[in-house]
Amino acid sequence: MTNPNKPVKAARYGMAIDLDRCSGCGACMVACAVENNVPPAHQGANDRKGLTWVRVYKVDNGGEGDGRRSAFIPVMCQHCGNETPCVHVCPQQAVDVDPSTGVVGEMPERCLGCRYCMAACPYHARYFNWWDPAWPAGMEKALNPDVSPRMRGVVEKCNFCHGRWHAARRQAVADGKSDMEPVAYLPACAEACPAKAITFGDLNDAASPVAVAAKDCNSFRLLEKLDTDPKIHYISKRDWVRRIADAPRPGDGKESRRG
Amino acid sequence: MANQIDKEFISRGLKRCSTSKFILWMAPWVALLIFGLYSAGLCLVKGLNQTNMDNRFAFGLWIFLDLTVIALGAGAFFTGFLVYILKLHELRAVINSAVVIGLVCYSGAVCVLAVDVGQPLRAWFTFWYPNVHSMLTEVTFCITCYLTVLAIEYLPIVLKNRRLREIPAFLVFEFQLHKLTYLLAGVGTFLSFFHQGSLGGLYGVLRGRPFAFREGFFVWPSTFFLFIISAAAVGPSFILLTTWLVQKITRKRLVRVEVLRLLGRISGLMLAVYVLAKTVDTLIWINRTSPERGFPASQYYSWNPFGTWILFAEIVVFGLLPALVLLTPRLRARTGWLVAAAAMACGGVALNRFVMTVQTLALPTLSFDRFLSYTPSWQETGTFLAVVAYGVLVYSFSFRYFRLFPEERDLQAAAPPPDKREEEPILAGRY
Repeated sequence: MTNPNKPVKAARYGMAIDLDRCSGCGACMVACAVENNVPPAHQGANDRKGLTWVRVYKVDNGGEGDGRRSAFIPVMCQHCGNETPCVHVCPQQAVDVDPSTGVVGEMPERCLGCRYCMAACPYHARYFNWWDPAWPAGMEKALNPDVSPRMRGVVEKCNFCHGRWHAARRQAVADGKSDMEPVAYLPACAEACPAKAITFGDLNDAASPVAVAAKDCNSFRLLEKLDTDPKIHYISKRDWVRRIADAPRPGDGKESRRG
Repeated sequence: MANQIDKEFISRGLKRCSTSKFILWMAPWVALLIFGLYSAGLCLVKGLNQTNMDNRFAFGLWIFLDLTVIALGAGAFFTGFLVYILKLHELRAVINSAVVIGLVCYSGAVCVLAVDVGQPLRAWFTFWYPNVHSMLTEVTFCITCYLTVLAIEYLPIVLKNRRLREIPAFLVFEFQLHKLTYLLAGVGTFLSFFHQGSLGGLYGVLRGRPFAFREGFFVWPSTFFLFIISAAAVGPSFILLTTWLVQKITRKRLVRVEVLRLLGRISGLMLAVYVLAKTVDTLIWINRTSPERGFPASQYYSWNPFGTWILFAEIVVFGLLPALVLLTPRLRARTGWLVAAAAMACGGVALNRFVMTVQTLALPTLSFDRFLSYTPSWQETGTFLAVVAYGVLVYSFSFRYFRLFPEERDLQAAAPPPDKREEEPILAGRY
């Protein structure tokens, strides 16, 4: 954990996902699972008991035939910044917000498995290990050594690829830079997206692509009305997508050209 | 021989059924307990994949029934408060029974919670790394402490057993424990107020769940206070209900009917306060809290089967109606009405805990997500049935060997012949 007394130039890592580029291929989900040692689904698992740090929702405009349009909304932990709902409820401080990165972290080794954080999360972005993690024979050799697999009975979720962040910090120190400075790195989902729909970076750095994308006039956040200050920004020019995401464009009811 | 030993443990002047009859009564409950323990064992050994809970329904049958059972068990603290703090001495007739019910309810709920968490061996982490902002921390601390208080309160009841009193050390210990009674009642009341409230606060603080989220006072949402009042309202009702049930099953008169009516009156009064507070809270939530967070309250009731009927049932059918019955002397004087109203009050609190737990989790918050349903697995049901069986066994055992109803002996001695009584016949007991 970061020492809060240490002078740190705080970063605020965030993401911008261009929904108009997302094709719903699921590469982000696979890359995330591989990077973070998320085990394959157990035989008895269904879509409500499975583990996936990124869930891609398919939505459509309700049209028929040629008029039907689909969109995909990847939803992962939104890394809420304002009175983070899951942090406040955890009885044993297994969830925290790192003040140096803004990332909401989960400590599986301290988690009691009470699932109160899951009930508290409005994005349904937290997942419980209903089974012991198991990989097909031989596949365990491909596990990422930088990330600990989680045991049965604990909650887990997206942490913006914490292993990669640590590696980036180590590299920065090796390059002679201060480890107090925010480091640049790319989570697995952003790296794997073939459509380059995911932009990741420091939202505090006004010149970074993610900060620019977050300020785009087509940008919105999920459940912004709950005032949880999520760090995942979604971008869509299509009004029906925004309508389905309950994020209507203020004062503009016109359908865009890409709709 | 066994019969003789058994009889020596039964208090003098109390009539209890034969040993074989008692064993016959206990046998099905033991069988149910074994089945329940097997179900719980499966969940502990194989994991919570044995349940039908999932990532959306993170809480299920267990949390709903735990909250209900803890509310029903509130009779222990509230009766203690009325007897020892407010000096309502008439209720001494049921205080021992209330303590046993409280102990059973709380210990049963804690056992189920131990199965419900994914890593039960880490339960002590809450004491080691407590998050003071979490309502669950408050619940854990208070329930643990209060369960200890209940266990200490139960001890004098046990030590008053005819054979145990023959051991001088126990007698002295029991005498010393008695000196603590008022202190324990005070501590128990304080702890209970907090954990009943914190259980309500669990949902009220969920700012990400607008259906459950409530405004409040200082750090406590309104559900904190509503849970305290509702628990205090149904606690006496549950004591009334169980006492009546034990009288029916044993065919003995255990308390004066005035005591039951007094319990009903207190319950009715608290229930009326609760209904009023709940109505005001609901109106504020519908007109201000929820819309301000961007969720018109009407949308919560657009998903079947959770229509507005559930709100009506909770406040009017299982709240206002039993409160009116319990507060009307003429209706309260009739045992049928009294017991039915008490049962409805208990049903009302169960419905409230169901709504707070299940409806909260069933409703989607993301606009493109869907409404989900949940049916508990047999392992979940079995585990909870183990608590029911455990409760019946502990209560039956306590009733047989300890004096749960101090007035029982006097009432039996003064009982008129069975043919002259209208209610609660004092026939030869089944146990």
